[in-house]
Amino acid sequence: MTGTIAATESDRPAQPVDIAARAMDVWKVYGSGEAQVVALRGVNVDLVRGRYTAIMGPSGSGKSTLMHCLAGLDSVTRGEVFIGTTRLTGMGDRQLTDLRRTKVGFIFQQFNLLPTLSAEENILLPLSIAGRKVDREWFDTVIDTLSLRDRLRHRPSQLSGGQQQRVACARALVSRPDVIFADEPTGNLDSRSGAEILGFLRNSVRDFGQTIVMVTHDPNAASYADRVIFLADGAVVDELQNPTAEGVLDRLKSLDVAAGPDLTKSEASE
Amino acid sequence: MIRATFKSLLARKLRLVLSGIAVVLAVTFISGSFVLTDTLSRTFDSLFANIYQYTDLEVSAKPALEANGFPVPKASPASVVEDIKRVPGVDTAKGYVTANGARVLNKKGKILPNQTGTMLGANWQDNDPVISLREGAAPKSDDEVVLNALVAKDGGFAIGDQVQVITPADQQTHSFRVVGIAGYSGGRDSLGGEFIVFFTEPVAQTLMLGETGVYSNISVDVEDGASIATVQNDIRTALGPDYQVETGQELADKSAAPLKTIFKFFNRILLGFGAVALLVGVFLILNTFSIIVAQRTRELALMRAMGASRRQMIGSVLLEAFVVGLIGSALGLAAGVGLGWLGAWALGSLLGGGRLEVAGIGVPLASVVSAFGIGISVTMLAALIPALRAARVPPVAAMRESATPDRPLTRITIAGAVVTAIGVGLLAWGLTGAGDATLTLILAGVLAGLVGVALLTPFVCRPVVSLLGRIFSWSVPGKLGRRNSSRNPRRTAITAAAVMIGIALITGISTIVASVSLTVSNTIQQQLQADLIIAGQQTSEIPPVIDEDALAEIKAMPEVANAASVTYEFFAKAGDRDAIVFAYDDWAAAQKALEIRPDQGDIGAIDPGEVVVDHDTATDSKLSVGDRVTLTLPKGERTFTLVGITAKTQVNTGYVISLSDAKDLFRSAAPNQAYLKLVPGASVTQVKQKVDDALADSPEVTVQTRDEFISSQTFFLDFLLNAVQVLLLVAIAISVLGIINTLVLSVLERTRELGMLRAIGLRRSQTMRMITVESVVISLFGTILGLVVGLGLGLAVVDALRDQGITDTALPWGLMGLYLFAAVIIGVGAAIIPAIRAARLNVLNAIAYE
Repeated sequence: MTGTIAATESDRPAQPVDIAARAMDVWKVYGSGEAQVVALRGVNVDLVRGRYTAIMGPSGSGKSTLMHCLAGLDSVTRGEVFIGTTRLTGMGDRQLTDLRRTKVGFIFQQFNLLPTLSAEENILLPLSIAGRKVDREWFDTVIDTLSLRDRLRHRPSQLSGGQQQRVACARALVSRPDVIFADEPTGNLDSRSGAEILGFLRNSVRDFGQTIVMVTHDPNAASYADRVIFLADGAVVDELQNPTAEGVLDRLKSLDVAAGPDLTKSEASE
Repeated sequence: MIRATFKSLLARKLRLVLSGIAVVLAVTFISGSFVLTDTLSRTFDSLFANIYQYTDLEVSAKPALEANGFPVPKASPASVVEDIKRVPGVDTAKGYVTANGARVLNKKGKILPNQTGTMLGANWQDNDPVISLREGAAPKSDDEVVLNALVAKDGGFAIGDQVQVITPADQQTHSFRVVGIAGYSGGRDSLGGEFIVFFTEPVAQTLMLGETGVYSNISVDVEDGASIATVQNDIRTALGPDYQVETGQELADKSAAPLKTIFKFFNRILLGFGAVALLVGVFLILNTFSIIVAQRTRELALMRAMGASRRQMIGSVLLEAFVVGLIGSALGLAAGVGLGWLGAWALGSLLGGGRLEVAGIGVPLASVVSAFGIGISVTMLAALIPALRAARVPPVAAMRESATPDRPLTRITIAGAVVTAIGVGLLAWGLTGAGDATLTLILAGVLAGLVGVALLTPFVCRPVVSLLGRIFSWSVPGKLGRRNSSRNPRRTAITAAAVMIGIALITGISTIVASVSLTVSNTIQQQLQADLIIAGQQTSEIPPVIDEDALAEIKAMPEVANAASVTYEFFAKAGDRDAIVFAYDDWAAAQKALEIRPDQGDIGAIDPGEVVVDHDTATDSKLSVGDRVTLTLPKGERTFTLVGITAKTQVNTGYVISLSDAKDLFRSAAPNQAYLKLVPGASVTQVKQKVDDALADSPEVTVQTRDEFISSQTFFLDFLLNAVQVLLLVAIAISVLGIINTLVLSVLERTRELGMLRAIGLRRSQTMRMITVESVVISLFGTILGLVVGLGLGLAVVDALRDQGITDTALPWGLMGLYLFAAVIIGVGAAIIPAIRAARLNVLNAIAYE
């Protein structure tokens, strides 16, 4: 068992209600034989409901892979993954798709809006795909929080990067998922727009009790989170509660030194 | 990154393969038609070379009359044989009787069918170099015959059997005993699927040529060492201008010539359809290269930024096109050679009744030149436009934005409107009559019209597609699919335009054929007042006959109110115009049955020496009542007085003379068709059965009710329509490839989007439905466009043909519905591969895809 993190409250079997997503002894291995790459080595993570968790680590540390496994986008080689009380391991494509519809939201680095749809249609897309009714009150709350009301009729091509990402945030929030996974959500934005998005995410955790998991390599972005989990070489090596940018940077520096030689090893996870 | 590049390369290979297939299909069609006609023509060359290989010279009387495309053979008296023998250098001269129209009856008393329409009657000659007895003996008495092995085989005749033969001179059935079976060298039963009955010489002369002591042709052997050309000249001098003297080679060429004309015509038609397939192929290639170049814009811009010149960029795209064109043409040529030969074999079997030895596979130069010339140049031309467009994009702009920006449609729409207008103008000019240029103008007009409409499609794309899409908008995948199909109007439009071309041509032709068909049946419906019609299929220059005793028996039936029979002769000329001459046994009854009404003069009765003509013929030949009309017929010419002109008619277009004149002048005045009117209250089906029984001895004809007769008259049109549909299938197949291609490329372009959709919960099945809706929308769009354009085209032509007697307009609703239905099927079918590819996308890779 390499890299199981030292005791925190999440190490004990917690009450299922408190946990929005959980990885238990998750291994992810790509390829076989000579070309074998181990992306995750027995990761145990509990993500508490209503909290904002950042996953950090150097390139190739397995942070994206972990997020994909938690989100039901990738299968694990060994171990178990839960969203709420639902066990993802062993589910077929259809079940996973339906689970992502209802329980998971995504925010991507590239925004990934549909150019053929208006902002409003993009926001409502997950609901219409799932054939669910729109909770208008909640929808209004979300778009007002994100200041999108006068942009609803616009096409993505008529919006700035920051606005597009706000639409993406609204899309993730509107279906009230158990967990929102955000993959480098500020990677394509200037620092002001980035800060705006990060602020929205933190507010949605604080005000709406939304659970958010964000992968990032930006210490400043991570400082918005309640908790930072550090990965290196496929294992959880450290964590930080109520982080500051400086604190995160310090931990990262020490990690970089430790994980240095392994950096080139697991390209496939990126 | 490396994986993504590799995938993109793989995908590009697929795109190239798809556009390559378009080249292959179009080239296959074109080179195939060359190979087909070349093979058929070599087949018949060798057939006739075989027939005439032992003939040094052949002498025959010059035909006195050539009418409606056929020479009326004239017999030579036996004395000519002696004249020829006296010419120096002649070794032997033998008189032959060979004439078509010896119809053998099978054991059920019906005509033994022969697909080639060649049923020869001949005199048996011992020691013939081409044919010899396989078993039995030569005919010695007048009731003995030898059959060629094909007749024996098809009819199941053996030596000692009785065989019934209808002979052309008297149009009577005669009975013979089979005494021998003859075959050709190499164990062949026939040379080209023909039937031959060999009689004794006097019988052959009487029954085939109508008199004894005459031959149809005389075969001459030249002495060893003598010059054939000299002897040919000497015989010509000896016999004078009434005889023709031909070498074996000349005869072979002459016999093959009419067939070659048919093949050439056939080739042109096939090439026309090939050109349509090619035009559709151009759209597909154009679209493919446009998309490839658009997706490569960044890569090309990088090249430009690194110092590549515009010319180098265009060159690189064109090189790619050249390679695709080269490989496509080579494959297309190979497939075309195979397919063309198969087609020739199938047609040869059909023409030769399965007995024709089809020449081996050959690759005519024309097919090679056209395959590579057209294949490569079309591909490069289609790639040139996108290449030029890509070269105009400033490198920095291209690198910044990967997606192609929407370009305004103004220019292309104006161009489309202009080209369409030109097309319509040319079509109108052609249809209103422009003499010799008519066909060229119509074809050019149709072509320009199609291209023009294709250019207009992007403009109409958005409104039509969004309207169409509403049908599918009830589900989210449907809505997404609809949005996707109007996303890039140019691409959707070009793809749909390719579908449009095939459908427009089919619809146009269907409209014309349906209108012609309706006109024909309406005309017959109006003008043919007979309840029952006795008629037969004419398979050679000898018309089918009704047994006269049977006809008398039928006329005497109490249910038959009145009956008229007609005999017609189409070896006829009026002055120097080709004509058809009719003679009725009961002209008064005929006028009733055929609704023949007077126009000018008196048509009440036709006495010997008098003639009646229909309105159109009179107008064409500028005849009026009282004129003298000279008719040239097989047995001589005679001058008649025009006593009356009938009103316009479709069933009796030509000259009507008295039956007694016909008996003097026609090859045979035996009745060919008969029209029966029944007494009121008689059951048509019961009388039909009685008439059918009475016709037991008239194997060539059958009795039909009016409706049956009408459908037998329009049968050919249905066949024509089916043939056209089959030929246009190739064009439609290419356009289906176009849809597949566009969808595969679109799926590739939207990889990241698809990844996102799958990530936020779009099921695989929904993904497939989304792609399918896009495909169906494109295919429906193209089909509807095609139906509209085709209807316009068809109606224009029908309207222009109003003067030519196409008075009724019919819209092929059934077929149009069928095409719409087919469009949905095609859309679903074309979506299969792209949809599976989209559904199988790995969500993670797709999201990370650049």
